[in-house]
Amino acid sequence: MQRELKLQREADPEWARHLSERPGCEGVFSCLQCGACSGSCPLSIYMDFTPRRIIALAREGFRKEALRSKTIWLCASCYSCAVNCPRQIHITDVMYSLKREAIQFRLYPKRFPVPILSQEFYKMVRRRGRSSEFWLVLRLALRSNPLMLLGMLRSGWDLMRTGRLSLKRERIRDTGPLSRLTAERKPLPARGLAPGEVA
Amino acid sequence: MARSYGYFPGCSLKGTGRAYEESLLTLFRVLDLPLAELDDWNCCGATSYMAIDETAAFGLAARNLALAQMAGQQDLLAPCSACYLVLRKTQDYVGRYPAIAQEVNTALGNGNLKILNSVRVRHPLEVLYMDVGTRRLSEKMQRTWHGGPVACYYGCQMVRPYTEVDRAFNPTRMDELLAAVKVPTVDYSLKTKCCGGSLTGTTHSVGVELNRILLKEAVRKGAQAIVTVCPLCQYNLDAYQSEIRRITREHIEMPILYFTQILGWALGGDIGSLGLKRAISGRKTIGQWFTETRVEKEAYA
Amino acid sequence: MPDRNPVRIGVYTCHCGTNIAATVDVKALAEFAAALPGVVVSREYKYMCSDPGQDLIRHDIRDHDLNRIVVASCSPHLHEHTFRTALKVGGLNPYYFHMVNIREQASWVHENKAQATRKAKDLVRAAVCRVALHEPLERGRVAIHPDVLVLGGGIAGIHAALTLANAGKHVYLVEKEPTIGGHMAKFDKTFPTLDCAACILTPKMSAVRSHPNITLLTYSEVTKVDGYVGNYKITVLRHPRYIDEDLCAGCLECLEACVYKQAKVPDEFNMGLGKRKPIYIPFPQAVPQVPVIDPETCIQFKSGKCKKTCIEACGERHAINLQAEATTQEIEVGTVILATGFRAFDAARAPGYGYGRYPNVYAALEVERMVNASGPTAGEVILRDGRRPQAVGIIHCVGSRDENTNRWCSRVCCMYSLKLAHLIKEHTGAEVFNFYIDIRTPGKGFEEFYQKLLTERVHFIRGRVAEVTDWVFDPSEDGKLVIRVEDTLAGFVRRIPVDMVVLATGLEPRADAPEVRRLFNISCASEGFFLERHPKLAPVNTFTDGVFLAGCCQGPKDIPDTVAQAGAAAAEALALIDAGYVETEPNTARVIEEICCGCKTCNSMCPYHAISFVGEIHKSRINEVLCKGCGTCVAACPSGAIRQNLFEDDQIYAEIEGILTHA
Repeated sequence: MQRELKLQREADPEWARHLSERPGCEGVFSCLQCGACSGSCPLSIYMDFTPRRIIALAREGFRKEALRSKTIWLCASCYSCAVNCPRQIHITDVMYSLKREAIQFRLYPKRFPVPILSQEFYKMVRRRGRSSEFWLVLRLALRSNPLMLLGMLRSGWDLMRTGRLSLKRERIRDTGPLSRLTAERKPLPARGLAPGEVA
Repeated sequence: MARSYGYFPGCSLKGTGRAYEESLLTLFRVLDLPLAELDDWNCCGATSYMAIDETAAFGLAARNLALAQMAGQQDLLAPCSACYLVLRKTQDYVGRYPAIAQEVNTALGNGNLKILNSVRVRHPLEVLYMDVGTRRLSEKMQRTWHGGPVACYYGCQMVRPYTEVDRAFNPTRMDELLAAVKVPTVDYSLKTKCCGGSLTGTTHSVGVELNRILLKEAVRKGAQAIVTVCPLCQYNLDAYQSEIRRITREHIEMPILYFTQILGWALGGDIGSLGLKRAISGRKTIGQWFTETRVEKEAYA
Repeated sequence: MPDRNPVRIGVYTCHCGTNIAATVDVKALAEFAAALPGVVVSREYKYMCSDPGQDLIRHDIRDHDLNRIVVASCSPHLHEHTFRTALKVGGLNPYYFHMVNIREQASWVHENKAQATRKAKDLVRAAVCRVALHEPLERGRVAIHPDVLVLGGGIAGIHAALTLANAGKHVYLVEKEPTIGGHMAKFDKTFPTLDCAACILTPKMSAVRSHPNITLLTYSEVTKVDGYVGNYKITVLRHPRYIDEDLCAGCLECLEACVYKQAKVPDEFNMGLGKRKPIYIPFPQAVPQVPVIDPETCIQFKSGKCKKTCIEACGERHAINLQAEATTQEIEVGTVILATGFRAFDAARAPGYGYGRYPNVYAALEVERMVNASGPTAGEVILRDGRRPQAVGIIHCVGSRDENTNRWCSRVCCMYSLKLAHLIKEHTGAEVFNFYIDIRTPGKGFEEFYQKLLTERVHFIRGRVAEVTDWVFDPSEDGKLVIRVEDTLAGFVRRIPVDMVVLATGLEPRADAPEVRRLFNISCASEGFFLERHPKLAPVNTFTDGVFLAGCCQGPKDIPDTVAQAGAAAAEALALIDAGYVETEPNTARVIEEICCGCKTCNSMCPYHAISFVGEIHKSRINEVLCKGCGTCVAACPSGAIRQNLFEDDQIYAEIEGILTHA
C-alpha cells in the first residue's frame, strides 16, 4: 500500500514566489482553480496533472512534482488555456518556464523525445542559424529512440516523392554574431532566491 | 499597389512547407504585391527555443526584426503561424518587460544590430483581408470553383493569444476570403483546435489522434478538403491519413490545402506554380478540382 | 467681517492610538506647535475625537480664551464635523477651525519616523498660519420641498414609493417602460421560497396604482434636472402610447380587434421568444392596464392605410388617439431616489458558449419566460428546434468573475441557477447539470435550498466550462451540444452531451447609467454602478445630499436586499423631508461687485450653473445655494473679482508660506 501524504517541509514557498516573478508567470497566485484551462486544453486528457493542477502544485511550492510531470512536455503551446482563463493568467508561459527549469536540472525521463527535440533544435540553430528538418528529425531519433525512424519511413518517403524533403544543411551567412546572440544563459538556482536577489 | 512587404519564410517554407511559399509568391504576383524575402533571415526559434532559453529565444527572433527594420521594411509577413507568433510575442515582451528588453538589446548590440519596434509583423491572411479586401478579390476572380465544400482550419497560434489576424473564438476571415471567390465553406466547429504541432514527431500516437479528430469532424460536416494557414498544420493533417485509415478502418482521404493555393488558383495564377504537386493526400481530388478554366468576363457595375 | 482681535490659537495633536503615534513623534509635534506664533495652548491626546478629547477643546476655549483651533489628526472626511461641533458647543464660530491630516497624509503613507514627523510639523505650521486668517461664517438653510421623485418602477422603486406614500408624502414614480414591475415581473419563481414572482409583485403594483399619494408616470423619462438640493425642477418626457390613460378602461378589446390576426413582432417582455402585435400590453397584469401602440410596426403609422379596427373596437370611449405626441411635464421635488436597476450581461459576449450560434443555447432571462405559465410556451420547456430536453447544462458565472468581461461576482446567479435547475427538472424530468466555480448561497434559507437541490439529484460539477460545441467525439453525442469541462473535484476531464444549455448571465450597469449620473450629478465606481457615500455606513446615500440609491443600480443584489435598501432609501428621504431643511456649507464663492467688469467669463465655467448675469447692473452673481465651492470661477476671473469663503487668497498664501518655511 503506497502512502500519499504531503508534509509542509516538502513544500518550497520560496520557489513558488520566485516562479511568480518570472516574466509571464505573474498571475499564478490569483488562480481561482476553476479548471477552464484544463477544460479547453486539447492535451489535458493525456496529462498526469491537468494544467490547473500544475498551477495548484506550483503555487504551493511542490517543485519536484511540477517539474517531473509529463504535462509540461505534452503542452503544445496552443494558448487555449490563456485565452479562456478568467484571471488572464499566461499559463503557456508558466509551462515554458517549467520546461526550461526541468531541462536545466535534467528532471525528465531519459530519452524522452520532447525535451530532446527542443535541445537538438537549440543546438542546431545556435550553430547554423536555421534548422534543417531532415537532419533534426534524424538526430532526434538517434538520441531518443532509433526505432522511431522505422515508423517514419512512410512519411519520409511521402515527403521525398513530393519534393518536400530537403537534405540541404541550411545556414545563415554570418554565424559569428549568432553565437554571441545566444550567449550563455544564467542558470536558475536549485532553490528559490533570497528576497531582493534577482536571477 | 506600390507597397512592398518584407517576407520571412521561416525554416518550414523551404522544406515541408514549400507549397505554401510557392502558392504565396504566385498569389502575391497575381495581386501585384511585391514581396521581398528578408536577406539572411534566421530561424525564429519556434516553440523549441522558448523551452530552453527565454532570452536567447527572444534574441533570435529579434535579429529578424532588426534585419527587417534595417532593410526599411514596414511590414514583415510571416506565413507560418509559429513564426508569426514568435515574432509578435518578441515585440510584445520586449516592450513590456524592461529586463528582457535590456538583455536582448545587449545581445543584439554584441551582434552589431539594434532593435526597434517599428516593424509590423503580419500574417498573409490578415494582409489579404485588410489590405486587399474581399471586394477586390471578387473583382479579380478568373476561375470559378467547381470543387467541393471545404473546412477552413485556422489552427492555434495565428489567432491566439494575439487577435490582430482574426478573433480567437470562431474566426471567419478565411471563410470570408474564400467566399469572395465563391468557394463554399462548412461550419467547422474545430477550426481553432490544436493539431498537436510537433507532437506527431515526438509523442506520435497522441499527435495522430488529434489529427484524426480534425479530419473526422471535417468529414462529418460535409467538407471535402481542409484549408490551412500553417505549414505544420498542413503537414500533420496531410501526412498521416494512411495511418489514420489503418487505425479507424474508415475511408478518410482528403486534400489539405493552403488558402493561398485556392486563392491563387481562383485569381488565375499559373497552376503549375501553386505547389499542388506537393500534396501527399487527396492528389486525385486536387487533379479534378484545380483545372484550367476561365470565368466568362461579366460587366461589372 | 474680518476679526480684529489678536488670535489665540489652540493646537491639538491626536495619537489616534498607534495609527499616528507609531510613525509621527506626537510629543515633539506638540512641543513644536507650542512655539508657533499665536499658539497659546498645545496638547497631544490619544483620541481627540472621543468625548474627553472634545472636552479638552471646549474647556480650553473657556479657560484660555481661545479664538482659533487647529486639530492635527485624521482626514476631515471623518471628523471635521465633529470638531466644528465641539467649537460650536464651546461658544466659538465653527469656522474658526482648521484640520490637519497627519494620518492619511503622513503616518499612514510614510515609514521613516523622522521624515514623517518633519512633514507633520510643516503641515501643522501651515495650518496655524492659515487659521489665524479665518473669519466667522454661517451655514445657510434651504427648505426642502416635501415631494419625492422615485426614478424606476421595479421592485425597488415600487417599495420605496409605497413606503413614502404611506408616510403621507407625495411621490412621482417615473418608469421608462410602459408598465412598472421591472425585471422581477419577468421571473417565474423567486428563490429561496419559490414564491411566484407575479403573485407577490402584482399586489404591490396595484397598490401603487391606487395610492392617492403616488403619481405614476410610465413610458416616461427624465430629460432635465434643474435646481438644487431640496428644490429640484425636473422635466419628464412622456412618450406617446397613442392610447389615453384616463379614457382607457383596460378591456383590451383593441388587441383582439387588431388587423394582425397573428402576432408577428418579437415580444420584448418574452425576451424575443414569443410574438406580440403592434398594439400590445407587455404582460397581463401590467400597471397601468393600458395598451401601447408601437409606431415602428403599426401599419397605420407605416403606410397610413389601415382599417383601424382598434379604434372601432374601442367604440364610444374614444381612448385611442393616433395623433398623440410626446409631452413634457415639469415636476417639483425635494428629494430623489434612483432605482433604475440593472442590465443582464449579453450572452453573445461570451463567444465560446455558442449563444446565437447554436439555437438551443439560452440566457437565463429567456428560460425564466419559458418556464413561466404565462410565457411564450405556456410554461412548457420546448426548445427553439421544437425538441424537449432530456439533458440540460447550466453554466454559472457567464460575464462574472472574469477579467475578460466583468470582474465582479453578480451575487444572484448561483441562487437563480439553482432555482432554474429545480424548475427545469420539475417541468421536464431531464438530467440537469450545474457547472460552477463556487457555490455562493449566503442568504437566509439559501443553504437549505442548495441542500434541497442536491437531494433532487441535480448534478453539481465544479469546473468552469471552457466551451460548448457541436463536435461529435463519441457517437452518443450525435445531435447534442457537448460541454467539455474539467470535473475538478472528481479529477478528470469530462464530455457531457446536453440538449439545452442555460447561461447564468451576470448583472451589469445599464447602458443609460452614465446619462442618469450626469443628470443627477452622482458618481460611479470603476464597474459603473452608482457610488454610495460609504460602503458600510451609508449604502443608500450618495455624495449629493437629497439623492438616494435603491436596488441593483447601486450593485447586484437579490430581491430581499433590494427591498431592504429601498426601505432604507425611503427612510433617509423621510428624515430629510421631516427635518424640513438642508444646511448648506458656507465655503461658497461670491462676486465683489465693485471689481466685476461684467466680462461673463465665469458664467459658462460653472459646472453647477450657479452663476447668472444681472443685466441691469452689468455684473455676474452667484447663487449661494447652487454653488458647491469648486473654485473654478475664483481662479478663472481675470479681474480677481470672485472670492471664496474659507479659501480666501490670504488664507491660501499663508498656508503655502507655512509649508515652505523650514523649521
